[in-house]
Amino acid sequence: MNIFVCIKQVPDTETKVTPNSSGTYIETNSIKWIMNPYDEFAVEQSLLIKAAKPEANVTVIRVGGSKDTEALRTAMAMGADEAILIEASDNLDSYMTAKALKGAIEKTGKKPDLILTGKQAIDDDCLQVPQLLAQMLGLPSVSVVVGFELAGNDLTLRREIEGGTIEIYKLQSPCLVACNKGLNTPRYASLPGIMKAKKKPLTTYKLSDVGVADADMRIKYSAFSLPPEKPAGKKMDAMDAAKQNEVVKKVVGLLRTEAKVI
Amino acid sequence: MLNFELTQEQKEIKEMALKFAKQEMQPKATEHDQSAKFPIDIFKKAWELGLLNTCIPSEFGGNGFSVVDGTLITECLAYGCMGMNTSIMSNDLALLPIVIGGSKEQKEKFLRPFTESYKIASFCLTEPSNGSDAAGIKTLIKETPDGYIINGEKMWITNAGFADLFVVYCTIDPKLKHKGICAVVIEKGTPGIEIGKAEKKMGHRCSDTRGLRFNNVKIAKNHLLGNLGDGWKIAMKTLDHSRPLIASSAIGGAQCAYEHSIKYAKERIQFDVPIARHQAIQFMIANMAMKIEAARLLTQRAAWMLDHGIKNTEFASMAKAFAADSCMEITTDAVQIFGGYGYSVEYPVEKLMRDAKLIQIYEGTSQIQRMVVAREVLS
Ligand SMILES: Cc1cc2nc3c(=O)[nH]c(=O)nc-3n(C[C@H](O)[C@H](O)[C@H](O)COP(=O)(O)OP(=O)(O)OC[C@H]3O[C@@H](n4cnc5c(N)ncnc54)[C@H](O)[C@@H]3O)c2cc1C
Repeated sequence: MNIFVCIKQVPDTETKVTPNSSGTYIETNSIKWIMNPYDEFAVEQSLLIKAAKPEANVTVIRVGGSKDTEALRTAMAMGADEAILIEASDNLDSYMTAKALKGAIEKTGKKPDLILTGKQAIDDDCLQVPQLLAQMLGLPSVSVVVGFELAGNDLTLRREIEGGTIEIYKLQSPCLVACNKGLNTPRYASLPGIMKAKKKPLTTYKLSDVGVADADMRIKYSAFSLPPEKPAGKKMDAMDAAKQNEVVKKVVGLLRTEAKVI
Repeated sequence: MLNFELTQEQKEIKEMALKFAKQEMQPKATEHDQSAKFPIDIFKKAWELGLLNTCIPSEFGGNGFSVVDGTLITECLAYGCMGMNTSIMSNDLALLPIVIGGSKEQKEKFLRPFTESYKIASFCLTEPSNGSDAAGIKTLIKETPDGYIINGEKMWITNAGFADLFVVYCTIDPKLKHKGICAVVIEKGTPGIEIGKAEKKMGHRCSDTRGLRFNNVKIAKNHLLGNLGDGWKIAMKTLDHSRPLIASSAIGGAQCAYEHSIKYAKERIQFDVPIARHQAIQFMIANMAMKIEAARLLTQRAAWMLDHGIKNTEFASMAKAFAADSCMEITTDAVQIFGGYGYSVEYPVEKLMRDAKLIQIYEGTSQIQRMVVAREVLS
C-alpha cells in the first residue's frame, strides 16, 4: 500500500510574523519553522495504518524552501519511510503547490492508494491544496476528517461540519483524506527515531522536474503589511444615575454611526 | 575550528526533548511538587521516547549519545521540571560507573535491561556521616569464597524507593581512604537491603530520596566493577561525565526562571509603565542572560572535552559550580521581579528557587567544586 502524506512547513505559532522590509512577503530570517499542526494528524494517521499493515510505505512530500527541512525530518523520525522535497519559494500559491505535489507523486512511479493531508495550513489558511490535488489526480476526497476506518479498500470517514455535526462518508481507496484535529494524537519523534531518520532517503526535486513552470502561478502577492492598530476604546461613565439616559443615547449613537454594528 | 553550531541531529534532539518538557513535564510540575508523588507515568513515557539512560553506548542497546548530546537533553528536561529531571538524571549517574568500570559481560548484564524496558537505578555514595568527604565512607565490603558481603548505611539516595538496581560504593577498610573504595552492583530484591522512608524536602519534591541500609547483603563476584580498590577512580570518572549534566540541569532551571521573568516584566505595570522599563529590572534580566549564556558555554566545553578524550575535571567542576550558583541567583532574582506574587505558590518562580538550591549541594557542593578547581589550577 502506497501512502503519500503532504506536509507544509509553517512559522511556529509563537512566532511574531512581520512583513519583510520590501513588503513583498513575510520576514523569514527570524522564523522558527514547524510542521503544520494539521499535517501532524495526517502523518500520525499514516503511521497508524502502517502499524496495522507493515507492508505499507509512507512517503512524505513537501513543497517549499530548502534552508530548513525540519518538517520532513520530523515526519521520518516519527516513522515515515522516505521524503521528497520540491524546492520552491515558501509563498507558492495553492494551484502551483497542488500541481507540484501531483508531479512528485507521479514521478515516484508508485500508484497512490491513499493521500493524506492536513485540512488547512495555519499560515495562509487557503484550504485549497487537498481538493485541487485530488481533482488533478482524479481522486475522490473528503476534508475536515475526524474519524478514520480502513477495511480492505473500504474507508469509513467521519467529517465534522459547522456546529459539530458529524457526516459519515463511505468511499474506496485510492482517495485523498484531509485531516482535522481530533482524528488522533500525533506521536513524538523518539530519539532513536531521530537517529534512524538520518539514514532514510530524502529526494530533492526542482519545480521544473515535476512539471511546474512560472506560468502556472495564479495568484500574485502585491504587498504585505500589518493590519492597522486598533484605536483605543472609548470609556463612558454611567455610574451617575442622572446621566444614564444621556450616556445610553450616546453609546447607541456611536454604535450606529462609528462602529456601524447596529 | 571553533564552532558553536549544533548539528542538525542535535537540533532535532533538543527540539524533541523541549517539546516533551513543555507538554508532558511542565503542566504536571506544580501538582507533583505539592503531592511529592514520583511521576512514574511521565518517566515511562520519557523512557519510551529514549530520553532516559542517555549514557548507554549503542553497543549495549543505547542511543550512543555524546556527552554534549546528554547536556542538551538534560537542559530541556530540567527546563520542564528540575525535580523530575533529578530522578531521570540519577539513572545516568548510577549507570555511568558500569559504563566506565564494567566489563563487557557486566555491561551486557546490567545495562542492556535498561534499554529493553523501563527501569530505575540509584547511585549510592553518600552516608549519614560522610558527604563531601566521600573517601571516608564506612560501608564495608568483605570478600568470601564465592563473592562479597556488604554492610553499611547510605543517606540521601535518589530513586532508592523505586530502584531496580543500586550502584554502591563501599570500602575494604575506611583507613585506606581512596585506595580502599570499591564499586559494586546490587540488584533489587537481594536479601538484606533495607530501604528507609522518603525524605520530606524543600525542593525536587517528586524525586524520591531515602536512606538505606545493607545488612549482610551477599553478591556474586561478577557484581564488583573493576577490581577491589578501583572504586575511587571509577567515581571520579563518573563525576567528570555527570557534572556537565548536573550543570545543564541548572541551566534548564535558570532558563525557565529567565523566561518567566521576561514575560512578567513586560506585563506588570508599576508607575504607569511595564516594570521591564525600569532599569533596575532590566539589569537583573541582563545579568540572567549573561550568566545563562556563560554557564552554557562552560558546560558544553566541559562536555566537548570529554567527548574528545581530553581530561575535563577542572572544567566540569567550574561548570557545575558556576551553573548551580547562577541558577540560584537567577531564580532568586526571578522571585524578586515577581514581587509579592513571586512569593506565592500560585506563581511558578518560588518552586524554581527551592529547586535551584539542591543543585548547589548534590554531586559535590559549590565549595567542593571550588576545591577541585583550586587543586587543579594550583597544582
Ligand atoms: C535531594 C538530595 C539527593 C541526593 N542524591 C544523592 C544520590 O543519589 N546519591 C548520593 O550518593 N548522594 C546523594 N545526595 C547527597 C549529596 O551529594 C550530599 O548531600 C552532598 O555531597 C553534601 O554532603 P553532606 O550533605 O554530607 O554535607 P557536608 O559534607 O557535611 O557539608 C556541609 C557543608 O560544609 C561544606 N564543606 C564540607 N567540606 C568542606 C571543605 N573541605 N571545605 C569547605 N567547605 C566544606 C559543604 O560545602 C557544605 O556547605 C543527595 C542529597 C540530596 C539533598
